[in-house]
Amino acid sequence: MNYTPHTEEEVKQMLSDIGLNSIDELFSDIPEELRPKSFNLPSGKSESEVVNHLRYLASRNSTSLVNFVGAGFYSHYIPSAVDAITSLPEFYTAYTPYQPEASQGWLQAIYEFQTAICNLTDMEVANASLYDGGTALYEACMMAMRINGRRKIVVDEGVNLIYWTMIQCYISNLSLDVVKVPVKEFGLDRDKFLDSMDEKTSAVVLQNPNFFGCIDDYSDIVEYAHKKGIIVIESVYPLSLGLLKTPGEMGVDIAVGEGQSLGIPLSFGGPYLGFMATRKEFVRKMPGRIVGKTLDRKGRDSYVMTLQAREQHIRREKATSNICSNEALCALRALVYLSLLGKEGLKELAQLNLDKAEFTRQQLEKIPQIKVFRDRPIFNEFPVILPERADVVVNKMIAKGFAAGFPLGRYYKGMEHNLLIAVTEQRTKEEIVKFAESMEAVLCS
Amino acid sequence: MQLIFEKGRKGRRGFKIQKSDVPVKASIPDNLKRKTDNGLPEVSELDVVRHFTSLANKNFCVDTNFYPLGSCTMKYNPKFTEAVAALPGFRDLHPLLPQLSGGGILTQGALELLYRMEQLLCEITGMDAFTMQPLAGAHGELTGTMIIAAYHCSKGNKKRYILVPDSSHGTNPASAAIAGYEVVVIPSDNTGVMDINEYKRHLTDKVAGVMLTCPNTLGIFNPSIKEICDMAHSVDALVYYDGANLNAILGKLRPGDVGFDIVHLNLHKTFATPHGGGGPGAGPVGVKEHLSKYLPISKVVLRTDGTFFLDYHYPESIGYIAPFYGNFEVIVRAYAYILLLGREGLMDVAEKAVLNANYVKEKLKKYYKLPYDRKCMHECVFSAEWQKEKGVSALDIAKYLIDRGIHPPTIYFPLIVKEALMIEPTETENKETLDEFISAMIEAAKLAEKKPEKFADFPESTPVSRPDEVKAARDLNLRWCKK
Repeated sequence: MNYTPHTEEEVKQMLSDIGLNSIDELFSDIPEELRPKSFNLPSGKSESEVVNHLRYLASRNSTSLVNFVGAGFYSHYIPSAVDAITSLPEFYTAYTPYQPEASQGWLQAIYEFQTAICNLTDMEVANASLYDGGTALYEACMMAMRINGRRKIVVDEGVNLIYWTMIQCYISNLSLDVVKVPVKEFGLDRDKFLDSMDEKTSAVVLQNPNFFGCIDDYSDIVEYAHKKGIIVIESVYPLSLGLLKTPGEMGVDIAVGEGQSLGIPLSFGGPYLGFMATRKEFVRKMPGRIVGKTLDRKGRDSYVMTLQAREQHIRREKATSNICSNEALCALRALVYLSLLGKEGLKELAQLNLDKAEFTRQQLEKIPQIKVFRDRPIFNEFPVILPERADVVVNKMIAKGFAAGFPLGRYYKGMEHNLLIAVTEQRTKEEIVKFAESMEAVLCS
Repeated sequence: MQLIFEKGRKGRRGFKIQKSDVPVKASIPDNLKRKTDNGLPEVSELDVVRHFTSLANKNFCVDTNFYPLGSCTMKYNPKFTEAVAALPGFRDLHPLLPQLSGGGILTQGALELLYRMEQLLCEITGMDAFTMQPLAGAHGELTGTMIIAAYHCSKGNKKRYILVPDSSHGTNPASAAIAGYEVVVIPSDNTGVMDINEYKRHLTDKVAGVMLTCPNTLGIFNPSIKEICDMAHSVDALVYYDGANLNAILGKLRPGDVGFDIVHLNLHKTFATPHGGGGPGAGPVGVKEHLSKYLPISKVVLRTDGTFFLDYHYPESIGYIAPFYGNFEVIVRAYAYILLLGREGLMDVAEKAVLNANYVKEKLKKYYKLPYDRKCMHECVFSAEWQKEKGVSALDIAKYLIDRGIHPPTIYFPLIVKEALMIEPTETENKETLDEFISAMIEAAKLAEKKPEKFADFPESTPVSRPDEVKAARDLNLRWCKK
């Protein structure tokens, strides 16, 4: 059979060594009446047949649209070396480094990943990864409640709506109070937000750039929160930190985010990479695996998983989280990506995103029917206000070869005419100019 | 070995960023700018490649070493599944595209794949509906326990407890706790399965659900499984199947036929997707018809015209447990694997996995204490208690095996076996490899008899010897800092 190497002779020999006569006897603990009522699966196929079928399915997905959709998930170029490294079987066919002596490569890589995330966010400690940005945000809320024992979370509407709905789903069986504060002009409504923070509030949740692409400095919120013993959680777009004020600089307590922009393909929704960083004093409240540096018996540097007493395999129902498998291979992708980009490359790439988004805004501003939102600074994504429904415009633009953006009306009542446009370094000047022309043509038709 | 952060020189570059082709130099207000050093290394591409290749060489992995890590199903990961997962039509696809008006038609291949995978998993498990969204096994458990909660909530049931056997994975009680339940642990009996009398005693009408792994973490199949399900249903408790060990019973038993209401599968175990050093996994959840309305949204639905679309209209759904449709790349690999093996191939997986485990068990039971001496399924659990009497622990034996080029079994789990050595050979290993492992284990047992003091020094062949874990936890060093 396909990946089972046993010859008939060997099967006989092994059965005989076990003291059995047939394979069926191995399963004699399963009573006859419990055997499958059906198992109507197709017969096996050859590798080439399966590959052809998968190629056919892949061909029925369009990857030729010029993409201006972001909404938290961005198409950035992935250097080939990222794929080459993560395709090394010594990385991808290993498991969780339970045996440190046989896993020093993985353990050091995770330690380096933790370092990279700390450096990127200006935070003190980071974990080895969580599933995605949304689960990282939820875990951060749970962590805040473990820290201060309060049960209310205040979330800015500028936080990705997918994450907001995920948090609501996760907490539905726990007696918690979650409050959403509406945005004003696509940004934080400071007065309302501050008003909603009280002595019962465990944490506030902010995002930068926010879902609408607008950037902010939340230092004032942090200062106010800390006076009231409130934990501040900030979700960030890691690539933007080449340029933008960091969670650490703002004094944030827990920084989380979706690491997809760091060398991880879009892959129709996953696997992605949740990351989390915090202050050293909170490390024992943090979920997920953590790698620490220590010495071996000969005094050599070595790495191990540490603080495992927080985790489910030790603490069971009292664990900080139920997470076991994480996204280690995606964390490695992010680490290799950041290493290749390096100190200057990250800054340059962030600047390039900013420049291209600004150029796109300028092109779209030439179109009288489009109102480009200019009241808040942005990074690489921004809202525009159209004279008609944005989803209808997007539909028409698909016919012209563009994924024109994310129609905000899909998530927000009253924003039916608003389109969220993302511009990464992948978009060329020519594409942007043509995009603006097509938008104009669609809006005039 | 130096860290990547300790390598490089100021001004060295590892990746060329393209020159801007737009005539704009934008800026942001000064108060929104980063003022600190981003702390990234300054290295060349070759520096990076050499660094990480050197790190890779310090890992054991399935492609280089026998890896009988119990409960983790470290089988061979076929190479062609990597190739199909990397097809640009999958890899470069934006997950929001099908949610745009007119975008669904441009993602028909991906939606069809998800739809077909659901059908296949339903047939494999005997369940009626599946969600592909959970991102790992534990995430599937959480989804499952939330479905249990939704079911009882809609019926107005006041339930408080989830029962789990003492041999369960730690994720089971941890997941139940997050779904808002109190966990009651049921002891195992002297045959290695859940004590049926203790189970009956705790099975009150306050019980919301029972979480079982079958075969259990001792590798034992519980023949009373149907009775356990029926009893749970008699108090309106749901029964959850932890699919970590499905590999053992593919085509031999379907949880859905026996009475399980909810199952999760670990695609990275049963269906051979790589474990990636700890992830990503994928933990699809299947349910019986009466629970399908609670599954997470969205769901892929087939229209009468043969096209597929994402349906969000499930008002009783537990909601969004993942941002999109699951770990899609992992699902692609598992789908390809299932198609290649087909019906007979999957049954063969179970047969050879169980054959290999029983073979190892029979060959070693003279040398290691076998706490439950009965037929096992895909894995067997020994105890190093005999060796421990000489001062040699399960950990010591694990370290000895590393020097023999074998990744150790899972140790100290399940918790109910002292000095546990949990061995899962998987079906993809040949007899020579098993015999080599058996010899190594026997030699370890003999060495423990004669020279137990030798074990303290193992492993000797690895880049480091045993790290000081106490120091690691006491003097926390979790990141590199510039001196």
